[in-house]
Parts: sequence; C-alpha cells; structure tokens
Amino acid sequence: MAAIFHGVGAAASLSLSPSNSFDSNKSVFSPRRSFSARKGASFAVVRSEGTVNLNLKGRRAQQLISNAVATTADSIDASSSSKPGHELLLFEALQEGLEEEMERDPRVCVMGEDVGHYGGSYKVTKELAKKFGDLRVLDTPIAENSFTGMGIGAAMTGLRPVVEGMNMGFLLLAFNQISNNCGMLHYTSGGQFTIPIVIRGPGGVGRQLGAEHSQRLESYFQSIPGIQMVACSTPYNAKGLMKAAIRSENPVILFEHVLLYNLKERIPDEDYICNLEEAEMVRPGEHVTILTYSRMRYHVMQAAKTLVNKGYDPEVIDIRSLKPFDLYTIGNSVKKTHRVLIVEECMRTGGIGASLTAAITENFNDYLDAPIVCLSSQDVPTPYAGTLEEVTVVQPAQIVTAVEQLCK
Amino acid sequence: MAFSAATANFNPLNTPSLRSHDNHLVTSVSPSPFFGSTAKLRLSSSPKFNVHRRSGSVVAVSEAVKEKKPKSTPNLLITKEEGLELYEDMVLGRAFEDMCAQMYYRGKMFGFVHLYNGQEAVSTGFIKLLKQQDSVVSTYRDHVHALSKGVPARAVMSELFGKTTGCCRGQGGSMHMFSREHNLLGGFAFIGEGIPVATGAAFTSKYKREVLKEVDCDHVTLAFFGDGTCNNGQFYECLNMAALWKLPIVFVVENNLWAIGMSHLRSTSDPQIYKKGPAFGMPGVHVDGMDVLKVREVAKEAISRARRGEGPTLVECETYRFRGHSLADPDELRDPAEKSRYTARDPITALKKYIIESNLASEAELKAIDKKIDEVVEDAVEFADESPVPPRSQLLENVFADPKGFGIGPDGRYRCEDPKFTQGTAHV
Repeated sequence: MAAIFHGVGAAASLSLSPSNSFDSNKSVFSPRRSFSARKGASFAVVRSEGTVNLNLKGRRAQQLISNAVATTADSIDASSSSKPGHELLLFEALQEGLEEEMERDPRVCVMGEDVGHYGGSYKVTKELAKKFGDLRVLDTPIAENSFTGMGIGAAMTGLRPVVEGMNMGFLLLAFNQISNNCGMLHYTSGGQFTIPIVIRGPGGVGRQLGAEHSQRLESYFQSIPGIQMVACSTPYNAKGLMKAAIRSENPVILFEHVLLYNLKERIPDEDYICNLEEAEMVRPGEHVTILTYSRMRYHVMQAAKTLVNKGYDPEVIDIRSLKPFDLYTIGNSVKKTHRVLIVEECMRTGGIGASLTAAITENFNDYLDAPIVCLSSQDVPTPYAGTLEEVTVVQPAQIVTAVEQLCK
Repeated sequence: MAFSAATANFNPLNTPSLRSHDNHLVTSVSPSPFFGSTAKLRLSSSPKFNVHRRSGSVVAVSEAVKEKKPKSTPNLLITKEEGLELYEDMVLGRAFEDMCAQMYYRGKMFGFVHLYNGQEAVSTGFIKLLKQQDSVVSTYRDHVHALSKGVPARAVMSELFGKTTGCCRGQGGSMHMFSREHNLLGGFAFIGEGIPVATGAAFTSKYKREVLKEVDCDHVTLAFFGDGTCNNGQFYECLNMAALWKLPIVFVVENNLWAIGMSHLRSTSDPQIYKKGPAFGMPGVHVDGMDVLKVREVAKEAISRARRGEGPTLVECETYRFRGHSLADPDELRDPAEKSRYTARDPITALKKYIIESNLASEAELKAIDKKIDEVVEDAVEFADESPVPPRSQLLENVFADPKGFGIGPDGRYRCEDPKFTQGTAHV
C-alpha cells in the first residue's frame, strides 16, 4: 500500500473523509453513536484513474496521507518526533485555538447546535462544555436565524460569541441575521456598536452528502459589506485563523471544509495567529500562479506534483482570505508569472473565482500574458452518486490540463 | 387602587365566534385578574364610553403570575412627579412625531418614516421604568422608543434629516435608531429581526451574572414589535429560547391590529397573541395599551420578574396607530369608525384627565409642559437644519470596526492606510 501511495506520479486525487461526515440534524436516522465511538479514526481513499478505491482504516493510513498533503516543503519525512511543536488533526487545532481564546478572554463563548454535550458534530468543541460550562458552550435549539441573531445581540452588548453552523448550508437560514445585522449594524449605528462575532462551520462538497449538505456559502456571503471571510485549509492556519477571528473586532465568517478535519500536521507550541487579510504562499514558482483555497488546495498540490514531473513550475497560493482579497501577495505573483489559474470549489456562476478574476483583471491586467482561467465546480446541485459528484468538483487532472493550456 | 376596568374582559375585534348578533361585547375569556387588581382607573365615567371599549383590565393567562391580592382601597397609582414624567414623555413622543410628518412633507426627510401617534402609552409605560443600563430593541417605528429611552430629540431629528450630528451619524435613518449610551439596540427595518438581537442582549445579562460573576448585573431587555411580527418564525424561536434559559427579557407586542393593510384577524389563526406565551412556558399578559397606567402596572411586574431571574414575559398591548403605517401609506382600509373609537381613547388625553381629576397637578402645569415640549421639538428641528450633511469622507467609515477588514491593496499596504480611505469610528 505504501508503494502505491508513494508512487504517485500519475494524476491521482486524494480525498479524506472523516468518519462522522454523515452527521446531520436533518437526516432521518442518526448513526451518531457509532461515529462518536470511533474517535479520530478515519478512512482514506486514494484514487488513481480507473483503479478501484482502496479503503484504508486506522492511524497508519492517516500518517501516510498526512505526509502527502504536508503543506511545507520540509516536512515530507515521517519521523517528526524530534521536531518542536506538536502534532494534531485539523479539528483538534480548531479546538485548541478556541479553547486557548476562551481561557484568555472570559467573554468568548460558543453557541450552536450540539456544541455542548455532544462536543460538536465534527468534534471541534469536544470537552469544552465540561470545562467551561453549559452557558459558555451553549447548546441551542434548532433555530439558526434566531441563535445567530442572539449571537449578534450578545456581541453588541459585550460578549464575543463563536456561532457554529453545524453545516455551513444551515446558515442559509441565518442569512437574514448575517446580512442585515452582522454586516450592517456597525455601519447603521454610526459605529456605536461592534459585532466581534465569529461564525464558523464546515461546508463544501463532502463524500456523497447530497446537494443540500454540499453547499459553498462563500459565494453567497461575499457581497455582504461589513464582514470578513476566511477559509482554513491546514491545522496550522485553522488554529491561527480561529484565534485571529476571535480576536478581531469585525464579524468574521470562518469556512471550514468537511473533508479536511482529519488532516494532521505539526504545529508550534507557542501562541500564534494567522493574519486574517493575508494569503499563504504554499509553493513558490515561476511559470503560473495558481490561486486556490480550502480543499482545492490539495487537489492543486496533487496536480502540482504531476506538473513538476512534466517540467512546469507552478506557484501555488492559498488565498485564505476570501473577503477581502490579499491583492499584494496575489499581485506580486501575477507580476512574476504573468499567468493565472484559479481553482475553486464554488460554482461557476458568481463564485469567489468570479470575483477574484474581476479583481485581478482590474488591478493587474497589464501584467497578464494570457486570460485568467478559472476552474470552478459545475453549476449543478451536488449529485449524490459518487461518480457524478466526482465530476462536479475540479479534479487534479483538469488542473494539469489547464496549466498546460495556459502555459502553451 | 384607582384602577379602571370598564369591562373586565377581553374581546378580540369582530371575531365571529365571540360576537353576538346584537352587537354586545361578549365575554370571551373569564379573566383571572392580574395581581388580583380589580380596581379601576378613572378615565371616563360615561357609560357609553365603556360600552365601546374593546377591552378592559389586564388579563393574565398563565398560572405563573397569578397572585391573589385583596381589593385595596382606592389610592393613586402614581406620584405627581411620576405623573408629570409620564405626561411629558408622551407629549414629547406625540409632538415629535407630528413634527416629523410636517418635516417629511416639507422635504426634509425621505424614505420610509413610521410614526407612533397613538401608541405612546406603551413606550412611556414600559421604558420609563428602565434604568440606563437596561436595553431596548425596537422596530422601524422607533423614534418614540428612542426618545423615551433618553436619546435627545436633537439627535433623533438630525438622524432623520440625515445629518452627521444624528445619533447614527446620518447613516441609519428613521428605521435604525441606535444609541450605545442609552442602550438602544436598534431600530430594525425587517420585522422580527430585532427579537433575536434582544434575546442576545438578555443572554449577555445572564452571562455576566453567571459566568463573569457580576452578581448584581440584573439588566433587563425589552423587545418591542407588532402584531404582524407575531406570525414570524423569529418570534417563536426567541420565545422558546428565552423561556428555556430564563432570559431577563420582556417581549412587548404592540398590537395595533394592522400590519400596513393587513388586518391582524385576516392573518392570524388565533388572534389572541398573549396566549402564545404559556405555550412556551412564560406568562402571557394582555393589557390595554391606550392606558399608560395599566401598561405601567403590567410593565412593573414583568420587568421585576426578569430582574429577579424568573424569566421572560409576553405582554400584548392592545393599542392603535392614529396615522397610517408610514407617511407613504394612504391608510384607506381602516374603518373610520374604528379610528374614531380609538382616537377617543387617546392616551395623552386620558392621562391628562387622570392627573387633573386626581389633583396631582393643575392644568397650568400640564400646559407648561406642552409648551416646553414644543420648544424642545422646535429646537431639535433648528439644530438638525443647521447641522452639516455628512462629507464624502464619511462614506467608508464605520463599515468595519477594524478597518483592516478592507484588506491589503496591491501596493502591500492596508487599504485603510491609503489617504483616500478614511478610518475611525463614530464620535460617541
């Protein structure tokens, strides 16, 4: 198995699914008990073109996977016990960030469905209710619009709530509060009230979760003035962005991805935050700028391996800040490579990629040698069938082809 | 207790099942007296007046607040100071709104302006019992709530004129009155939108007491909204959460029977809104919202309940707006007979009568208050007129509390550092 894995030269797509990805408060049955028992266990699917899926269970598979998606160039080797810092999974990194901020500031509180006693449907708030109490980690009834509004009211009156949407899609029900109150109240009150709220939750296309649980809300929220949006993609930036978002005086929406919760990485022991407005340089390069975020980062990195073998040198930037865009990092890259490829999971129409294309064209048109190419998900409700779902999102093979075309 | 119940029952308007064919008011609910008070507020001794009244005393439905008190000897409900305070507040509300109408038609303010004429008893009756740290959340019909809470008339009028000296720097307008100093948390344009925010403010109060250990934090939040809102999901969701966690909040329904042109009876399966409280485990109280003293009585208990940590109360105030829904509403659907019935129950006239007949103050003193308020309102208009309009540089201020949220520009600097961008927060 290791051989198959390390011999990844052909285009392969890598996907991880946490074992509790089927958790949903909208499902008829709730096989939650079995999932919660398998703490941290996950299965990894390594797919190469045409071959059968392999299901690998257990932690060993995780270690293999984590190496492949390592974000820094020098953490390829598996033996990391001598290095500083500590290893953890992405959801644990989020939890750590949240816990540290709650210890640091007693006004930080969490609200959401099943965040308390259940520990969060993706375990991000695990054990926090036991530590901080039921009021600080509040289990809410199923009323997204109202408890998000409640979070906003609490933020206006001095608290710093972190509102969890069990799935980002559920926050569509809270759109009224997010758009009208979260984004607007600082302005319409003439600056009198601040809303230091963090709204977070998992979104994105998972593993056959069905159309409604596979939504990308970043495209819907991006026009709302007054909010910031960030997307985490590694344990390092998950913790950093969580902390930065909580400390920010602005309302921040933190997008997590259902499939990334079990990524493992070694992160520093000391306190750190990730700047909310900055993008992350994943892989410096010369030939083409690939802009991406969240899960697509991993598809891009898979494609990058292939591209490197074919002689290309892509520069990969994880934009992280979906609103506002970090035009400095992006601009510098464009000025260097003169070619831009955007790879996103949003839908074709009106997604983050569309806005990014417009922003780059407006600001850096003179530096472009070719039109910007934007690879997005198809404009379809995500189908349940695995084969259809696979072609709904951008796959590494498409990324490779797009780069080859762009660099002709 | 001089507390009047002309008819000690509640009769929802024209509900077929409750109306007998010969047009007598029929008792629909046998009332359990709220606090056992069956005493009467003497507003009018004329019997024909009483026959036309739709409702009388306060009715509590829930067991939770049933308190049997023996009938007490009639005495005054308010002191002279309180009476004058209530009178002044209601007159301010009325005069201000009338001035708004004038100013609107003279082109000094634009957009949607919703006036509160006729409903002053509710605002005054409740808000005058609050402390500065208590919060009020309102709707688009929020001018008078702002004034009652203590926001200066000048600041409200400037806001309406869109001037930079307005309470929200001219950025909010008629429907978005906010005041940090006076804990007025809005001003919301969509109905029901403020109720979760109010629930959040109440949550903060409870959090401060229980988590932050500020043991004497007993801040109460009042959420005002209308009959139309009571068919909206946010209302029910918040009733549930407030009762569940015993939040220190009072839900005040200003039932003026009309949601623009939609009659409450045409849109609501069970028009008796106060009944919806007990369904969630909180007391539901109905009160005559045209009578400031009755409202005040109910408000006292509801607010004390919340302060004691016993949880929320739903108070339905039966009231009426003398003008249309907004200044753009031709108000053609409401029956003139209905309007005149309510105009006869004008809360300001009623209180004035009470004050004079109870010898709390003389007519001259009340007239002096009228004059004073006229001057306050005139001054507010002058101030607003003379205030500057917001400069172009104010456009981008206050979008973010932390203006770094505008992001990093192509030159590597934060946009807010660019001299073309302005930054800073409101001068409060």
